[in-house]
Amino acid sequence: MSDLVKNILRFIVFLVVQVFVLNKIPFLHQFVVPYLYFLFIIWLPFSVSRFGLLVIGFFTGLILDYFTMTPGMHAASCVLISYARPFIINLLIPKDTEEFNYREPSPRALGWAPYTVYVLILTLFHHSYLTLLQWLQFGTFLQFLIKVGATTAISMLLIFTTELLFPRKIKYRTNTA
Amino acid sequence: MFPSLLIDYSSRLKAVPAMRNIFLFLRRYFTFLTFIMLQVFALWMLFNYNRHHRAAFLGVATEMTGRINTQVDKLDDYFHQGEENKRVHRMNDSLLNLLKTNLSYVDTGSSLVTDTLRQDSTVTLLRYVWRNAKVVYNTINAEQNYMQINRGSQYGIRDDMAVLSSDGAVVGVVVNVSPNFSQVMSLLHVQNSVSASHQKTGTLGKIEWDARDPKYVSLKGISRSVDIKTGDTIVTSRYTYNFPPNYLIGTVAEITNDPATGFYFLKIKTAANFSGIQQVLVVENIQRDEQLQLAKDTEKKIEQQKNKQR
Repeated sequence: MSDLVKNILRFIVFLVVQVFVLNKIPFLHQFVVPYLYFLFIIWLPFSVSRFGLLVIGFFTGLILDYFTMTPGMHAASCVLISYARPFIINLLIPKDTEEFNYREPSPRALGWAPYTVYVLILTLFHHSYLTLLQWLQFGTFLQFLIKVGATTAISMLLIFTTELLFPRKIKYRTNTA
Repeated sequence: MFPSLLIDYSSRLKAVPAMRNIFLFLRRYFTFLTFIMLQVFALWMLFNYNRHHRAAFLGVATEMTGRINTQVDKLDDYFHQGEENKRVHRMNDSLLNLLKTNLSYVDTGSSLVTDTLRQDSTVTLLRYVWRNAKVVYNTINAEQNYMQINRGSQYGIRDDMAVLSSDGAVVGVVVNVSPNFSQVMSLLHVQNSVSASHQKTGTLGKIEWDARDPKYVSLKGISRSVDIKTGDTIVTSRYTYNFPPNYLIGTVAEITNDPATGFYFLKIKTAANFSGIQQVLVVENIQRDEQLQLAKDTEKKIEQQKNKQR
Protein backbone atom coordinates (compact mmCIF):
# COMPACT_ATOMS: atom_id res chain seq x y z
CA MET A 1 0.00 0.00 0.00
CA SER A 2 1.42 3.34 -0.92
CA ASP A 3 1.76 6.07 1.65
CA LEU A 4 -0.94 8.11 -0.01
CA VAL A 5 -3.59 5.39 0.01
CA LYS A 6 -2.65 4.38 3.54
CA ASN A 7 -3.00 7.92 4.81
CA ILE A 8 -6.30 8.50 3.06
CA LEU A 9 -7.68 5.34 4.68
CA ARG A 10 -6.27 6.43 8.03
CA PHE A 11 -7.88 9.84 7.63
CA ILE A 12 -11.28 8.28 7.02
CA VAL A 13 -10.95 5.84 9.92
CA PHE A 14 -9.84 8.54 12.36
CA LEU A 15 -12.67 10.86 11.33
CA VAL A 16 -15.30 8.12 11.55
CA VAL A 17 -14.04 7.07 14.98
CA GLN A 18 -13.99 10.66 16.22
CA VAL A 19 -17.38 11.68 14.81
CA PHE A 20 -19.39 8.52 15.37
CA VAL A 21 -17.75 6.93 18.38
CA LEU A 22 -15.85 9.40 20.55
CA ASN A 23 -18.22 12.34 20.07
CA LYS A 24 -21.17 10.13 20.87
CA ILE A 25 -19.99 8.29 23.96
CA PRO A 26 -22.38 8.72 26.89
CA PHE A 27 -21.74 11.81 28.95
CA LEU A 28 -19.25 11.22 31.76
CA HIS A 29 -18.23 14.65 32.93
CA GLN A 30 -18.03 18.20 31.66
CA PHE A 31 -14.25 17.97 31.34
CA VAL A 32 -14.14 14.52 29.81
CA VAL A 33 -14.05 15.06 26.07
CA PRO A 34 -12.10 12.38 24.23
CA TYR A 35 -10.12 13.48 21.18
CA LEU A 36 -8.14 11.17 18.97
CA TYR A 37 -8.52 12.36 15.37
CA PHE A 38 -5.41 14.60 15.46
CA LEU A 39 -3.28 11.46 15.76
CA PHE A 40 -3.67 11.43 11.98
CA ILE A 41 -1.53 14.57 11.79
CA ILE A 42 0.95 13.18 14.31
CA TRP A 43 1.33 10.05 12.19
CA LEU A 44 1.82 11.78 8.81
CA PRO A 45 5.05 10.75 7.04
CA PHE A 46 8.22 12.79 7.50
CA SER A 47 8.31 13.37 3.76
CA VAL A 48 5.29 15.71 3.73
CA SER A 49 6.43 19.29 3.19
CA ARG A 50 5.69 21.96 5.78
CA PHE A 51 3.23 23.66 3.43
CA GLY A 52 1.57 20.30 2.74
CA LEU A 53 1.24 19.67 6.47
CA LEU A 54 -0.52 22.99 6.97
CA VAL A 55 -3.00 22.33 4.18
CA ILE A 56 -3.70 18.77 5.30
CA GLY A 57 -4.11 19.94 8.90
CA PHE A 58 -6.50 22.68 7.91
CA PHE A 59 -8.77 20.39 5.93
CA THR A 60 -8.68 17.63 8.55
CA GLY A 61 -9.90 20.09 11.14
CA LEU A 62 -12.42 21.70 8.83
CA ILE A 63 -14.07 18.43 7.85
CA LEU A 64 -14.44 17.48 11.51
CA ASP A 65 -15.79 20.98 12.13
CA TYR A 66 -18.55 20.53 9.60
CA PHE A 67 -19.67 17.44 11.49
CA THR A 68 -19.57 19.05 14.93
CA MET A 69 -20.89 22.39 13.60
CA THR A 70 -18.03 24.50 14.91
CA PRO A 71 -16.58 25.79 11.62
CA GLY A 72 -12.95 26.82 12.12
CA MET A 73 -12.38 25.66 15.68
CA HIS A 74 -10.71 22.31 15.07
CA ALA A 75 -9.22 23.68 11.85
CA ALA A 76 -7.36 26.37 13.76
CA SER A 77 -6.02 23.88 16.31
CA CYS A 78 -4.94 21.44 13.61
CA VAL A 79 -3.14 24.15 11.65
CA LEU A 80 -1.28 25.05 14.85
CA ILE A 81 -0.04 21.52 15.48
CA SER A 82 0.80 21.02 11.79
CA TYR A 83 2.94 24.14 12.00
CA ALA A 84 4.62 23.10 15.25
CA ARG A 85 5.23 19.50 14.19
CA PRO A 86 8.42 19.90 12.09
CA PHE A 87 10.09 22.01 14.80
CA ILE A 88 9.47 19.40 17.48
CA ILE A 89 10.56 16.56 15.22
CA ASN A 90 13.80 18.42 14.45
CA LEU A 91 14.46 18.74 18.16
CA LEU A 92 13.80 15.09 18.92
CA ILE A 93 15.17 13.31 15.91
CA PRO A 94 18.58 11.59 16.36
CA LYS A 95 21.30 13.81 14.95
CA ASP A 96 23.18 11.26 12.86
CA THR A 97 20.76 10.96 9.97
CA GLU A 98 22.60 8.00 8.47
CA GLU A 99 20.98 5.77 11.05
CA PHE A 100 17.61 7.38 10.78
CA ASN A 101 15.55 6.10 7.93
CA TYR A 102 12.03 5.64 9.20
CA ARG A 103 9.11 6.93 7.22
CA GLU A 104 6.82 8.31 9.85
CA PRO A 105 6.87 9.16 13.57
CA SER A 106 6.26 6.09 15.71
CA PRO A 107 7.51 4.84 19.07
CA ARG A 108 9.97 2.61 17.23
CA ALA A 109 11.26 5.34 15.00
CA LEU A 110 11.86 7.92 17.70
CA GLY A 111 12.08 5.73 20.79
CA TRP A 112 9.34 5.62 23.42
CA ALA A 113 10.55 8.57 25.50
CA PRO A 114 11.07 11.10 22.66
CA TYR A 115 7.86 9.91 21.00
CA THR A 116 5.96 10.51 24.24
CA VAL A 117 7.39 14.01 24.46
CA TYR A 118 6.50 14.65 20.81
CA VAL A 119 2.92 13.45 21.26
CA LEU A 120 2.50 15.21 24.59
CA ILE A 121 3.63 18.59 23.26
CA LEU A 122 1.39 18.41 20.20
CA THR A 123 -1.58 17.18 22.23
CA LEU A 124 -1.08 19.96 24.72
CA PHE A 125 -0.84 22.54 21.92
CA HIS A 126 -3.96 21.20 20.25
CA HIS A 127 -6.07 21.05 23.39
CA SER A 128 -4.87 24.36 24.82
CA TYR A 129 -5.77 26.17 21.63
CA LEU A 130 -9.06 24.34 21.18
CA THR A 131 -10.12 24.92 24.77
CA LEU A 132 -8.98 28.54 24.57
CA LEU A 133 -11.31 29.08 21.61
CA GLN A 134 -14.17 27.47 23.53
CA TRP A 135 -13.30 29.41 26.66
CA LEU A 136 -13.52 32.71 24.76
CA GLN A 137 -17.23 32.03 24.37
CA PHE A 138 -17.99 30.38 27.66
CA GLY A 139 -16.52 29.40 31.00
CA THR A 140 -14.13 30.53 33.71
CA PHE A 141 -10.33 30.48 33.70
CA LEU A 142 -10.15 27.63 36.20
CA GLN A 143 -12.47 25.55 34.03
CA PHE A 144 -10.19 26.28 31.09
CA LEU A 145 -7.10 25.02 32.93
CA ILE A 146 -8.78 21.91 34.26
CA LYS A 147 -10.24 21.10 30.88
CA VAL A 148 -6.89 21.40 29.13
CA GLY A 149 -5.35 19.05 31.69
CA ALA A 150 -8.18 16.55 31.65
CA THR A 151 -8.60 16.37 27.87
CA THR A 152 -4.83 16.06 27.39
CA ALA A 153 -4.68 13.19 29.86
CA ILE A 154 -7.54 11.38 28.15
CA SER A 155 -6.09 11.92 24.70
CA MET A 156 -2.70 10.60 25.83
CA LEU A 157 -4.41 7.53 27.21
CA LEU A 158 -6.28 7.01 23.93
CA ILE A 159 -3.18 7.58 21.82
CA PHE A 160 -1.08 5.07 23.77
CA THR A 161 -3.90 2.55 23.70
CA THR A 162 -3.98 2.99 19.93
CA GLU A 163 -0.21 2.63 19.69
CA LEU A 164 -0.27 -0.59 21.69
CA LEU A 165 -3.30 -2.04 19.92
CA PHE A 166 -2.15 -1.20 16.41
CA PRO A 167 1.63 -1.33 16.32
CA ARG A 168 2.67 -0.08 12.90
CA LYS A 169 5.14 -2.17 10.95
CA ILE A 170 8.53 -0.59 10.55
CA LYS A 171 8.73 1.02 7.16
CA TYR A 172 12.13 2.02 5.94
CA ARG A 173 12.73 4.85 3.60
CA THR A 174 14.63 3.39 0.67
CA ASN A 175 16.25 4.93 -2.33
CA THR A 176 14.28 2.78 -4.73
CA ALA A 177 10.83 3.65 -3.49
CA MET B 1 20.33 68.03 -15.62
CA PHE B 2 23.12 65.62 -14.96
CA PRO B 3 22.49 65.19 -11.23
CA SER B 4 18.80 64.59 -11.79
CA LEU B 5 19.62 61.82 -14.24
CA LEU B 6 21.95 60.31 -11.74
CA ILE B 7 19.30 60.28 -9.07
CA ASP B 8 16.83 58.67 -11.41
CA TYR B 9 19.27 55.97 -12.30
CA SER B 10 20.24 55.20 -8.73
CA SER B 11 16.64 55.04 -7.55
CA ARG B 12 15.88 52.53 -10.26
CA LEU B 13 18.85 50.52 -9.14
CA LYS B 14 17.56 50.54 -5.63
CA ALA B 15 14.06 49.53 -6.68
CA VAL B 16 15.17 46.24 -8.15
CA PRO B 17 16.80 44.81 -5.00
CA ALA B 18 13.83 46.03 -2.98
CA MET B 19 11.49 43.94 -5.09
CA ARG B 20 13.86 41.04 -4.87
CA ASN B 21 13.96 41.39 -1.13
CA ILE B 22 10.21 41.14 -0.97
CA PHE B 23 10.28 37.94 -2.98
CA LEU B 24 13.09 36.60 -0.86
CA PHE B 25 11.13 37.45 2.24
CA LEU B 26 8.00 35.78 0.88
CA ARG B 27 9.92 32.68 -0.07
CA ARG B 28 11.72 32.49 3.22
CA TYR B 29 8.63 32.94 5.39
CA PHE B 30 6.21 31.27 3.00
CA THR B 31 5.24 28.55 5.50
CA PHE B 32 4.86 31.01 8.32
CA LEU B 33 2.70 33.30 6.19
CA THR B 34 0.54 30.35 5.10
CA PHE B 35 0.19 29.40 8.75
CA ILE B 36 -0.93 32.91 9.68
CA MET B 37 -3.33 33.05 6.74
CA LEU B 38 -4.96 29.71 7.56
CA GLN B 39 -5.24 30.69 11.22
CA VAL B 40 -6.90 33.99 10.37
CA PHE B 41 -9.28 32.26 7.98
CA ALA B 42 -10.21 29.60 10.54
CA LEU B 43 -10.77 32.12 13.33
CA TRP B 44 -12.77 34.37 11.02
CA MET B 45 -15.01 31.41 10.18
CA LEU B 46 -15.42 30.52 13.84
CA PHE B 47 -16.33 33.98 15.10
CA ASN B 48 -18.55 34.62 12.13
CA TYR B 49 -20.36 31.37 12.78
CA ASN B 50 -20.81 32.00 16.48
CA ARG B 51 -22.44 35.33 15.76
CA HIS B 52 -24.60 34.61 12.73
CA HIS B 53 -24.57 30.82 12.34
CA ARG B 54 -23.27 31.21 8.82
CA ALA B 55 -20.08 29.83 7.39
CA ALA B 56 -18.41 29.28 4.04
CA PHE B 57 -19.55 26.16 2.15
CA LEU B 58 -21.85 25.29 5.03
CA GLY B 59 -24.77 24.42 2.73
CA VAL B 60 -22.74 21.95 0.67
CA ALA B 61 -21.02 20.59 3.77
CA THR B 62 -24.35 20.03 5.53
CA GLU B 63 -25.63 18.07 2.54
CA MET B 64 -22.53 15.89 2.63
CA THR B 65 -22.42 15.31 6.38
CA GLY B 66 -26.18 14.77 6.30
CA ARG B 67 -25.88 11.91 3.83
CA ILE B 68 -23.14 10.24 5.85
CA ASN B 69 -24.95 10.80 9.13
CA THR B 70 -28.16 9.31 7.70
CA GLN B 71 -26.37 6.08 6.84
CA VAL B 72 -24.74 5.76 10.26
CA ASP B 73 -27.99 6.71 11.94
CA LYS B 74 -29.79 3.75 10.35
CA LEU B 75 -27.61 1.51 12.49
CA ASP B 76 -27.76 3.74 15.54
CA ASP B 77 -31.56 3.60 15.50
CA TYR B 78 -31.65 0.01 16.69
CA PHE B 79 -30.20 1.00 20.04
CA HIS B 80 -32.91 3.54 20.87
CA GLN B 81 -35.98 1.97 19.32
CA GLY B 82 -37.52 0.68 22.55
CA GLU B 83 -37.32 4.02 24.27
CA GLU B 84 -38.63 5.85 21.24
CA ASN B 85 -41.52 3.43 20.98
CA LYS B 86 -42.50 4.18 24.56
CA ARG B 87 -42.41 7.93 23.93
CA VAL B 88 -44.63 7.67 20.87
CA HIS B 89 -47.01 5.38 22.70
CA ARG B 90 -47.25 7.84 25.58
CA MET B 91 -47.99 10.64 23.17
CA ASN B 92 -50.70 8.56 21.46
CA ASP B 93 -52.15 7.76 24.84
CA SER B 94 -52.43 11.41 25.75
CA LEU B 95 -54.05 12.16 22.41
CA LEU B 96 -56.51 9.28 22.72
CA ASN B 97 -57.65 10.72 26.01
CA LEU B 98 -58.76 13.83 24.16
CA LEU B 99 -61.17 11.94 21.89
CA LYS B 100 -64.80 12.89 22.13
CA THR B 101 -65.92 9.27 22.33
CA ASN B 102 -64.37 9.04 25.78
CA LEU B 103 -67.03 11.32 27.13
CA SER B 104 -70.47 10.08 28.04
CA TYR B 105 -73.13 12.72 28.20
CA VAL B 106 -75.10 11.95 31.32
CA ASP B 107 -76.02 15.51 31.91
CA THR B 108 -78.40 16.25 29.07
CA GLY B 109 -78.53 19.90 29.98
CA SER B 110 -75.08 20.52 28.67
CA SER B 111 -73.64 19.08 25.54
CA LEU B 112 -70.27 19.32 23.96
CA VAL B 113 -70.52 21.36 20.80
CA THR B 114 -67.64 21.78 18.47
CA ASP B 115 -67.57 25.20 16.96
CA THR B 116 -67.05 24.19 13.35
CA LEU B 117 -66.84 27.74 12.11
CA ARG B 118 -63.71 28.44 14.14
CA GLN B 119 -62.09 25.21 13.09
CA ASP B 120 -62.91 25.60 9.43
CA SER B 121 -61.39 28.99 8.97
CA THR B 122 -57.94 27.50 9.08
CA VAL B 123 -56.33 30.29 7.17
CA THR B 124 -56.65 32.75 9.97
CA LEU B 125 -56.76 30.47 12.98
CA LEU B 126 -54.11 27.89 12.27
CA ARG B 127 -51.06 29.17 14.07
CA TYR B 128 -48.66 26.26 14.40
CA VAL B 129 -47.76 23.78 11.69
CA TRP B 130 -46.07 20.57 12.78
CA ARG B 131 -43.67 18.65 10.61
CA ASN B 132 -42.02 15.37 11.44
CA ALA B 133 -38.28 14.84 11.16
CA LYS B 134 -35.63 12.35 12.14
CA VAL B 135 -32.48 13.21 14.05
CA VAL B 136 -29.50 11.87 12.12
CA TYR B 137 -26.65 13.23 14.24
CA ASN B 138 -26.63 14.38 17.80
CA THR B 139 -24.01 15.05 20.45
CA ILE B 140 -24.32 15.81 24.15
CA ASN B 141 -20.67 15.91 25.17
CA ALA B 142 -19.65 19.29 23.80
CA GLU B 143 -20.40 22.74 25.14
CA GLN B 144 -22.15 23.59 21.93
CA ASN B 145 -24.32 20.68 20.95
CA TYR B 146 -26.08 20.60 17.63
CA MET B 147 -28.38 18.07 16.05
CA GLN B 148 -28.82 17.36 12.42
CA ILE B 149 -32.30 16.46 11.17
CA ASN B 150 -33.24 14.99 7.83
CA ARG B 151 -35.59 17.75 6.70
CA GLY B 152 -34.49 20.94 5.03
CA SER B 153 -35.71 23.96 3.14
CA GLN B 154 -37.33 21.72 0.50
CA TYR B 155 -39.61 20.41 3.21
CA GLY B 156 -40.45 23.91 4.40
CA ILE B 157 -38.06 24.10 7.34
CA ARG B 158 -36.69 27.55 8.01
CA ASP B 159 -34.43 29.17 10.59
CA ASP B 160 -35.73 29.73 14.13
CA MET B 161 -38.40 27.04 14.02
CA ALA B 162 -38.94 25.15 17.25
CA VAL B 163 -38.02 21.49 17.60
CA LEU B 164 -39.86 19.21 20.03
CA SER B 165 -39.27 15.55 20.78
CA SER B 166 -41.82 12.89 19.88
CA ASP B 167 -43.48 13.19 23.29
CA GLY B 168 -43.71 16.95 23.03
CA ALA B 169 -40.71 17.99 25.13
CA VAL B 170 -38.57 20.94 24.06
CA VAL B 171 -35.42 19.95 22.18
CA GLY B 172 -34.06 23.03 20.42
CA VAL B 173 -34.26 25.60 17.66
CA VAL B 174 -33.35 25.35 13.97
CA VAL B 175 -30.33 27.51 13.20
CA ASN B 176 -29.36 26.54 9.70
CA VAL B 177 -31.00 24.84 6.75
CA SER B 178 -29.74 23.24 3.57
CA PRO B 179 -32.08 21.76 0.92
CA ASN B 180 -32.40 18.33 2.58
CA PHE B 181 -31.04 18.74 6.10
CA SER B 182 -31.06 21.27 8.88
CA GLN B 183 -28.97 21.97 11.94
CA VAL B 184 -30.74 22.31 15.25
CA MET B 185 -29.21 24.13 18.18
CA SER B 186 -29.95 21.79 21.02
CA LEU B 187 -31.21 22.99 24.39
CA LEU B 188 -27.77 21.82 25.53
CA HIS B 189 -25.89 24.71 23.97
CA VAL B 190 -24.24 27.41 26.02
CA GLN B 191 -25.54 30.15 23.74
CA ASN B 192 -29.09 28.92 23.85
CA SER B 193 -31.78 30.73 25.78
CA VAL B 194 -35.42 29.71 25.72
CA SER B 195 -38.20 31.66 27.34
CA ALA B 196 -39.96 29.46 29.87
CA SER B 197 -42.68 29.75 32.47
CA HIS B 198 -43.56 28.10 35.75
CA GLN B 199 -46.77 26.31 34.89
CA LYS B 200 -48.57 26.79 38.20
CA THR B 201 -48.08 30.54 38.49
CA GLY B 202 -47.21 31.53 34.95
CA THR B 203 -44.08 33.39 36.02
CA LEU B 204 -41.63 33.85 33.20
CA GLY B 205 -37.95 32.99 33.21
CA LYS B 206 -35.15 32.02 30.93
CA ILE B 207 -33.70 28.54 30.33
CA GLU B 208 -29.95 28.36 29.93
CA TRP B 209 -27.35 25.61 29.99
CA ASP B 210 -24.10 25.76 31.96
CA ALA B 211 -22.41 22.85 30.11
CA ARG B 212 -22.15 20.83 33.34
CA ASP B 213 -24.62 18.02 32.90
CA PRO B 214 -26.81 17.17 29.89
CA LYS B 215 -29.61 16.00 32.18
CA TYR B 216 -30.09 19.43 33.74
CA VAL B 217 -30.57 22.97 32.50
CA SER B 218 -30.96 26.07 34.65
CA LEU B 219 -33.87 28.46 34.89
CA LYS B 220 -33.06 32.04 35.77
CA GLY B 221 -35.03 35.19 36.37
CA ILE B 222 -37.84 33.90 38.58
CA SER B 223 -38.31 36.15 41.59
CA ARG B 224 -38.11 34.66 45.08
CA SER B 225 -41.62 35.90 45.85
CA VAL B 226 -43.00 33.12 43.66
CA ASP B 227 -43.85 29.89 45.44
CA ILE B 228 -41.85 27.12 43.80
CA LYS B 229 -41.43 23.54 44.94
CA THR B 230 -39.25 20.76 43.60
CA GLY B 231 -41.11 18.73 41.03
CA ASP B 232 -42.98 21.73 39.63
CA THR B 233 -43.48 21.73 35.89
CA ILE B 234 -41.67 24.20 33.67
CA VAL B 235 -43.19 24.75 30.24
CA THR B 236 -42.61 26.99 27.23
CA SER B 237 -43.90 30.51 27.74
CA ARG B 238 -46.89 31.98 25.99
CA TYR B 239 -44.86 34.88 24.71
CA THR B 240 -42.17 33.25 22.60
CA TYR B 241 -42.46 33.58 18.89
CA ASN B 242 -41.07 30.20 17.92
CA PHE B 243 -42.24 27.72 20.57
CA PRO B 244 -45.88 26.77 20.91
CA PRO B 245 -47.05 27.58 24.46
CA ASN B 246 -47.35 25.08 27.31
CA TYR B 247 -45.03 22.39 26.05
CA LEU B 248 -42.95 20.60 28.61
CA ILE B 249 -39.34 21.68 29.18
CA GLY B 250 -38.72 19.86 32.45
CA THR B 251 -39.35 19.69 36.15
CA VAL B 252 -37.69 21.58 39.00
CA ALA B 253 -35.00 19.38 40.54
CA GLU B 254 -33.19 21.73 42.87
CA ILE B 255 -33.93 25.17 44.25
CA THR B 256 -31.11 27.52 45.21
CA ASN B 257 -31.43 31.12 46.27
CA ASP B 258 -29.19 33.66 44.69
CA PRO B 259 -28.63 36.07 47.58
CA ALA B 260 -27.23 38.82 45.38
CA THR B 261 -30.18 39.28 43.06
CA GLY B 262 -33.27 38.12 44.88
CA PHE B 263 -33.97 35.58 42.17
CA TYR B 264 -34.14 31.83 42.35
CA PHE B 265 -31.51 29.74 40.66
CA LEU B 266 -33.42 26.65 39.59
CA LYS B 267 -31.98 23.40 38.35
CA ILE B 268 -34.37 21.85 35.86
CA LYS B 269 -34.37 18.20 34.89
CA THR B 270 -35.01 18.17 31.17
CA ALA B 271 -38.07 16.29 29.97
CA ALA B 272 -36.37 15.23 26.76
CA ASN B 273 -33.70 12.57 27.04
CA PHE B 274 -31.07 14.08 24.79
CA SER B 275 -28.87 11.02 24.58
CA GLY B 276 -31.53 8.87 22.95
CA ILE B 277 -33.42 11.27 20.78
CA GLN B 278 -34.74 9.90 17.48
CA GLN B 279 -37.90 11.33 16.02
CA VAL B 280 -38.64 15.01 16.46
CA LEU B 281 -41.35 17.44 15.45
CA VAL B 282 -40.50 20.77 13.89
CA VAL B 283 -43.03 23.46 14.72
CA GLU B 284 -43.60 26.49 12.57
CA ASN B 285 -45.35 29.54 13.93
CA ILE B 286 -47.15 30.93 10.91
CA GLN B 287 -47.65 34.32 12.50
CA ARG B 288 -44.02 34.66 13.58
CA ASP B 289 -42.98 37.09 10.86
CA GLU B 290 -46.02 39.23 11.50
CA GLN B 291 -45.35 39.27 15.26
CA LEU B 292 -41.72 40.18 14.77
CA GLN B 293 -42.65 42.89 12.30
CA LEU B 294 -45.17 44.29 14.75
CA ALA B 295 -42.61 44.33 17.55
CA LYS B 296 -40.11 46.07 15.31
CA ASP B 297 -42.64 48.65 14.11
CA THR B 298 -43.71 49.36 17.67
CA GLU B 299 -40.13 49.98 18.68
CA LYS B 300 -39.68 52.33 15.76
CA LYS B 301 -42.87 54.19 16.58
CA ILE B 302 -41.90 54.66 20.20
CA GLU B 303 -38.53 55.94 19.10
CA GLN B 304 -40.29 58.48 16.87
CA GLN B 305 -42.58 59.54 19.71
CA LYS B 306 -39.58 60.12 21.93
CA ASN B 307 -37.96 62.31 19.33
CA LYS B 308 -41.16 64.31 18.89
CA GLN B 309 -41.45 65.09 22.58
CA ARG B 310 -37.96 66.51 22.76
